[in-house]
Amino acid sequence: MRGPDNYNARMCPSRVGLEALTKRSKGRQRALIQVLQDIQDRFHWLPPESLEHVAEALGVPLVQVYGVATFYKSFSLSPRGRHICTVCLGTACHVRGGGAVLDEFERRLGIAAGQTTPDGGYTLERVNCLGACALAPLAVVDGRYHGQMTEAKVQSVLAGAKKKDEVP
Amino acid sequence: MTSYRAHLLVCAGTGCVSCGAFEVRRALEDEVRRRGLEREVLVVATGCNGFCERGPILLVQPDGVFYQRLKTTDIPRLVEEHLVKGRPVTSLMYVPPQGREPVPRMKDIEFFKHQRLIVLSNRGRIDPEKIDDYIAYEGYAAAAKALGEMTPEAIIAEITAAGLRGRGGAGFPTGRKWEAARRAPGEPRYVVCNGDEGDPGAFMDRSVLEADPHAVIEGMIIGARAIGAARGFFYIRHEYPLALARVGIALEQARRYGLLGRNILDTGFDFDLEVVRGAGAFVSGEETALLASIEGGRAYPRQRPPYPAERGLWGKPTVINNVETWANVPHIVRRGADWFSGLGTATSKGTKIFSLVGKIANTGLVEVPMGITLREIVYGIGGGIPGGRKFKAIQIGGPSGGCIPKSKLDLAVDYESLKAAGSMMGSGGMIVLDEDTCMVDIALYFLRFAEEESCGKCSPCRVGTGEMARILAKITAGDGTAADLARLESLAATVKQGSLCGLGQTSPNPILTTLRYFRDEYEAHVFDKRCPALVCKALVAFAIDPETCVGCLLCKKACPARAISGELKQVHTIDQEICIKCGICLSVCPSKVRAVRKTTPAVAGVAGSPAASARTAPSAKSGEGR
Repeated sequence: MRGPDNYNARMCPSRVGLEALTKRSKGRQRALIQVLQDIQDRFHWLPPESLEHVAEALGVPLVQVYGVATFYKSFSLSPRGRHICTVCLGTACHVRGGGAVLDEFERRLGIAAGQTTPDGGYTLERVNCLGACALAPLAVVDGRYHGQMTEAKVQSVLAGAKKKDEVP
Repeated sequence: MTSYRAHLLVCAGTGCVSCGAFEVRRALEDEVRRRGLEREVLVVATGCNGFCERGPILLVQPDGVFYQRLKTTDIPRLVEEHLVKGRPVTSLMYVPPQGREPVPRMKDIEFFKHQRLIVLSNRGRIDPEKIDDYIAYEGYAAAAKALGEMTPEAIIAEITAAGLRGRGGAGFPTGRKWEAARRAPGEPRYVVCNGDEGDPGAFMDRSVLEADPHAVIEGMIIGARAIGAARGFFYIRHEYPLALARVGIALEQARRYGLLGRNILDTGFDFDLEVVRGAGAFVSGEETALLASIEGGRAYPRQRPPYPAERGLWGKPTVINNVETWANVPHIVRRGADWFSGLGTATSKGTKIFSLVGKIANTGLVEVPMGITLREIVYGIGGGIPGGRKFKAIQIGGPSGGCIPKSKLDLAVDYESLKAAGSMMGSGGMIVLDEDTCMVDIALYFLRFAEEESCGKCSPCRVGTGEMARILAKITAGDGTAADLARLESLAATVKQGSLCGLGQTSPNPILTTLRYFRDEYEAHVFDKRCPALVCKALVAFAIDPETCVGCLLCKKACPARAISGELKQVHTIDQEICIKCGICLSVCPSKVRAVRKTTPAVAGVAGSPAASARTAPSAKSGEGR
């Protein structure tokens, strides 16, 4: 779907892009989380230069920006993959075998939860509950919910994601 | 207003949407248009109906007919039969697990029959994105009454008399909290809605925000009037995109209708609300941590007192209540304290929403009067355990709660009774556990959760949760000793006493309740190196029964470790040295064959011959009964 050039542009913010995201919040310390969320939504991670920019624009010490960026789970300080695989390990998913589903994702992708494959293709995440417990065990791949997952279904779910790469 | 002869109410809660509710709605709209029925039949997308297990769900009104597990391909037939010919389609109706006959009407279905809807009364009947729908069911009448006819003191007196207590888990009397904030010196004051529902297995707040956002807004307007606040905040976790979107729409509509902003309803009262999106930290659900997060910092809890009612947001008096608490307020103001306090038990009034999940036939969201027994919830509403498995325990209150065993199924649920049983109301997640659930593993699950989510500010929680998790992991690995059990108990007491906030103080509850009610399971792990539920990997082994194996090659092909050998139509065997115990062989073995066995204790090197004392487990699939 996206070529490599396009992909880099999407991942690395320009000065101008950052200005646009912070200009409404100049000097407003309270807006720190919100601004970081906007950057995360846009680039899918928080590049180091963006944190420096935010510190300057909002008038907040860089250490505090890092503190917030590392405290909350929705922020990522490393680039994320083109495909995001999220395995729910809420209690309902856990008792219905979510752990084995995660193990199988880890095995197939060759990475541990929280990591991204070296080619930047996939990021594997574990969440503590998406609140869709009736679908347990649940995996979400690129925003699509796959309910009643089993270890055996992981392969086909991943194949579905891979297929999207091949579409020009 | 146009009137329609039929309303098609499609559930558009997260559960149904994930199974294709929007596609079903589109198909319904297309089909209705294709048949020229658009002036007679209206398609409405509603909030969560609660019966998530059966999604996508459609309710046809005024007939009250309930359709479930719909696919887009069912729609042409459904519209033709039910709406054109007037013949409800029995094959798309709900069939109870123990019965054969479909139940056509929603009100006759066991899952709905025993519920008492107050907070969720609008679920499945209004379009949450339309303020007019809410107003049509007496919406904002309570705000008009509170602002126009009642003094702030009278509002607080009404809430106090109703006996409303915080639905976020701790159960603090709401009226007293408001009173304290009203009396506390300092301006401006704030009201906050805690929508950071982080307990795994709980999704009632998400559902209320998605199904009836105006009820929460109305409650907050009334609360703001009572304490004299001009501003308020919704704090909603980012994992709930649909709830965030619907609250945003509702706020905009309320502003347009003059229900938020300056001079509300011409009463001279000014109030507005802002949405803050959580950034992903379980501890933000703790009230002081949540306030720190709204202020733009890390969600660190702080010492209480002073309570937020005295010194909250930016040091000013702040009332922070949970979503469900706020949503109760308009009902109390409109219908009176006497009506509300007539429901429930001596100390716990009204209803409570629970999310009923785990090993239960009818997964979903239920609203029941306080004082209902666990048995009624699990067997009456929940339909019991699927797949013929046996009930073992019910975990209530998330990581702060505990596991309640079978012997206490007749417990009448309220704040006090749950606490006495070692658990707590929490936000209302109820996870049903069956005989295939290992209680040591469950305790480990919650302690790992607590360790991961501990913010790290105080050492009893930061170090203690990790240490308890380490001991539990040791036990599940088969390396536990009697001394470990004693150490767990003493550590639990220390962490309970020494932690700064609720997260740490309640984190030992999963251990304490499982040790209290299921000590034999801990002992089986420690002394016999057995996991009776066949869950803990180090204590189980997989083997193929040579008597039943048909040699179909399915497991051999699926095995990621290539631990299975055998040719077509010959008995397969698992090499225990190579086996990684992932369980794939068990899940792919055809249900007619079921040759793969799970055994405990793990007996290395005896592939193909399960230990004599071991019991067999059915495949994961049939165990779920889906």
